[in-house]
Formats: sequence, C-alpha cells, structure tokens
Amino acid sequence: MAKIVPLPQAVSELVHDGDTVALEGFTHLIPFAAGHEIIRQHRRELTLVRMTPDLVYDQMIGAGCASKLVFSWGGNPGVGSLHRMRDALANGWPVPLEIEEHSHAGMANRYVAGASGLPFAVLRGYSGTDLPQHTKTVSTVQCPFTGERLAAVAALNPDVTIVHAQRADRDGNVQLWGITGVQKEAVLAARRSLVTVEEVVDELTPVPGAIVLPGWAIDAVATAPCGAAPSYAHGYYERDNAAYKAWDAISRDREAFLRWLRSIEEEAA
Amino acid sequence: MTGTAEPVAGTQEAQDWSSDEMMTIAAARALRDGQVCFVGIGLPSRAANLARRLHAPRLVLIYESGTVDTRPAELPLSIGDGVLADSALTVVSVPEIFNYWLQPGRIDVGFLSGAQIDRLGNINTTVIGEYDDPTVRLPGSGGAPEIASSCRQVIVVMRHRLRSFVEHVDFVTSVGHGTGPGDRERLGLRGAGPVRVITDLGVLEPDPETAELVLTALHPGVTVERVRAETGWPLQVAADLVFTAPPSTTELETLRSLRTVGEKEAS
Repeated sequence: MAKIVPLPQAVSELVHDGDTVALEGFTHLIPFAAGHEIIRQHRRELTLVRMTPDLVYDQMIGAGCASKLVFSWGGNPGVGSLHRMRDALANGWPVPLEIEEHSHAGMANRYVAGASGLPFAVLRGYSGTDLPQHTKTVSTVQCPFTGERLAAVAALNPDVTIVHAQRADRDGNVQLWGITGVQKEAVLAARRSLVTVEEVVDELTPVPGAIVLPGWAIDAVATAPCGAAPSYAHGYYERDNAAYKAWDAISRDREAFLRWLRSIEEEAA
Repeated sequence: MTGTAEPVAGTQEAQDWSSDEMMTIAAARALRDGQVCFVGIGLPSRAANLARRLHAPRLVLIYESGTVDTRPAELPLSIGDGVLADSALTVVSVPEIFNYWLQPGRIDVGFLSGAQIDRLGNINTTVIGEYDDPTVRLPGSGGAPEIASSCRQVIVVMRHRLRSFVEHVDFVTSVGHGTGPGDRERLGLRGAGPVRVITDLGVLEPDPETAELVLTALHPGVTVERVRAETGWPLQVAADLVFTAPPSTTELETLRSLRTVGEKEAS
C-alpha cells in the first residue's frame, strides 16, 4: 500500500545513488518537482531513463546527477536543443554522460515488457536504421510461427519510476488523465515507484479516459502542487511555453545554469 | 503529378509571400481530405493543420503523444500540448499509439521533417558527424523511424539547403528507400516510404526506376540551378517538371491566421 509522505522523504527513501531512475510523462505531467528534489538531495551516478528527456533531465544532467541517459528523443520541444545534455556529452561537464538510444516505439515496448514480466518485447522497428549498431539492447528475433525476423528490445525495469498525476485518494490510489503517455507501464515495470500528485482527495471521481494506479501497486505518494510545472496538469494548469523558450538561454550558458541551480537548491520543497 | 501545384482554395493569386509560406502551402496541398495522417511536430504540424482548415476538413491528425483525430484551434508548440488532448476524438497511451495504430499499417500518410535527407530519401535526426564524436548532437529518433517504416506513404517537409540535402546522411535514423530499389522490401518495411519531399524551393519525388529523388516541381521564382546549388548530389530533373502555383489569397490568409499556443497576435 502506498504511503503518503512528504516529497523530500519519498525521494530520500526511494532514490539512491547509482539507481536506474525513470521520470516519465509525455510532455504532460512531467514530474519536475521530484526532479528538483533529486537535485537538492545531490543524488549521483544515476542512470536516467525517459522517452523524451526535456528540461527536467537537462537540469538533472547539468546538476551532475546522471552518468548515463537512456532515451528516444532529447530536445526542448518546439524550441531546440538540450544544451546541458550536449555539454555533458561533448565536454563531460559537469560529469561525463553515457547514452543508450532508442526509438519511441522501442522504448515504449521496453516498458511494456518490463511491466509484463517479460525479458524482451517484439516490434516492427529499427530495420535498416543505424541505431542497432550502437545500442546493445536492440536485437532481432525470429517468429517461431512464420519465420519472420522482427526487432527485439530488452525489457526496462527501473529501480524506481517517478510520475506525476492529478490526484490520489487517502489510500494512495492514483488517478491521471489527458495524455497518459507511458506512465502506467513505467510504474508497473519499476521495482519501486513514487507518484507526486496535485492534491489528495477523499474520493476519486471518475474522469473519461483516466487511468487509475491502485495504491497497492505504488510505494509512495507525495503531494506536490504545481509539481509538473512548467509542463502542465490537465484540468489544473496549462503548459508554460514561455518557460520552455526561456530555458534555452539558461541552458546555453554554464554560468546562467549555475545561477538557476543555486535558486533551486535554496528553494524548500 | 505532384498534387502540390495548384491552389486548393481560392483563385486569386496572393502577393508578397515567403518561401517558407510557399513550402507550407505546397505541403498542405499534398494532403487529401479523409486521409489519416501521423504528424511530426514543427513544419509538418503547421502544414497539416493548414490543410484541415482549407480543403481537408476531415483529415484525421494523429500525434505520437496518443491524440487521435485532434482538431486544435491553435498550433501546439510540443507534440503533447493540452490543446491536442482537449480537441481529440480519443487519447490513447504511447504504447497503444505505436503498437495498435501505427505498426499494423493503418495510417495513410506519415508527415515528417529532418535535419538531413539523402538522394534515396533516408532521414537523419540523430547526429551530424560521427555517432561517438558528433559535430552536432540532434534530438534523436522519436517516433520517426517507425512512422517512416509503417505508414502507407511518407511525405517529408524540409527547408532546401546544401547542408541538409546530402549524398549520404551521416546517420540513418529513418529509412527512406534504403540502398535503392527493393531495399525496403528486403528490410521488411511495409509502407511505400517517401513519395514526396516538399521544400521551400520545389518538390522532389523518387524516380520509379532508381528510387533517387528527382526534381518534379519548382516553386515560383526558383530556378533549377538554384535547387541544384542547394542539393548535395547531381540532381536530375523530371521530364514533366511542373511549376507550383503561387499561394492563393485564401491559402495565405489562412496560413497567417494560424497561431501557436501562447503566441501573441502578430503586430
């Protein structure tokens, strides 16, 4: 059963140096507050997993939390590049960063396999592309029924997955809706899980298209109002596109980034 | 032949448009009403939403964030903006959008862009230079490799620059026509691959015999020499080269009325 705890306690208990950590959220419901708490707690040598590493991973990489990134699209959506990620890859600043790169379909299926208790997933993908030459977790498998050769990708089972949701009830059952991305699979694939929520409510009123993660399948729930900002929480607040554009200038410049980092470290969760 | 040459709405010729506007309008003209289109963010998204407002009101737009048949009033900045979910017929998970909707070949058109494209229509969005020591690190694959392999056909929208239109891409992120005719079949890729590359200078299409991209349409005011100067291989010109009609006033006014979420009215 999920326990409802303050965010600093949840991160302290669930995220350890050297862990493989997935903070998921496909543009929507990105767990920024949890990422910032990981920065404040100075976690190191993390393998960060995420289909779309955007600002939160740029920030964590720039803060020196990560030694490896597993991903399928790394950019500031609609704006440009992740300059902290580029700096880590090109110059090892502040620490060297290794990458393991996939396609979206590959990553999504890796989580599906992980959530399903399978060692790998099968898909039509990667054929003819240059990625399999560089990514060890891509291979091929022959269909035992048709003989067809298909792509195989290794399951992803993070040590801990963190997602953000609109709300939870007092038993720690979590409800999220809008673009639900790969969050369900990422949580169910993980050994431990933390969900930050906008609010804890007495009762989860049904919402069309919502998914519910039962409290018994999660380790901890932490309240983090506006915890997905500057991304958005459907029904609560909008995406702050201006903040995404403004990040570009901060991210390009180490000094500007370090000023941003100090502001985050001084901020109480 | 190209389907991008004639205006789709309005007959009055517009004045004072940019080459980017011509590209977006030509790309919008390439989409047909009722088609199901898997849309990449940026240039493809703008063109697809323009088509929906002009001649293709029943164009079904699908984004990799899981939004199916979405009709945003404003253009999204990212692939998963709230406007896409709010206006969608349904929103599905990311594994579902790739496994159930894209992979089996249900999508008519994959609408993509890229940093580099080569003479056989292969696309690079991964790195410029060597993978392990690139001169430019690009965002990576995203949904593009499987969009390029599984959609019935692919339309590419890109600005035509020498650094982008290259003999061989530095990295094959998404397969176009691979190493040449028959390669897609050998690789088990079930869609037809790129059928048209729409740029700010003209339109390229694969030669039926060689699969090499050849110039099939020129936008107004552009010369063959200029396109060749911006193309990194000896560009062939189709015998039946056509000339794209300039934007109509309706097309141009509709394009200029499109706003991105959070963007202020143009002053």
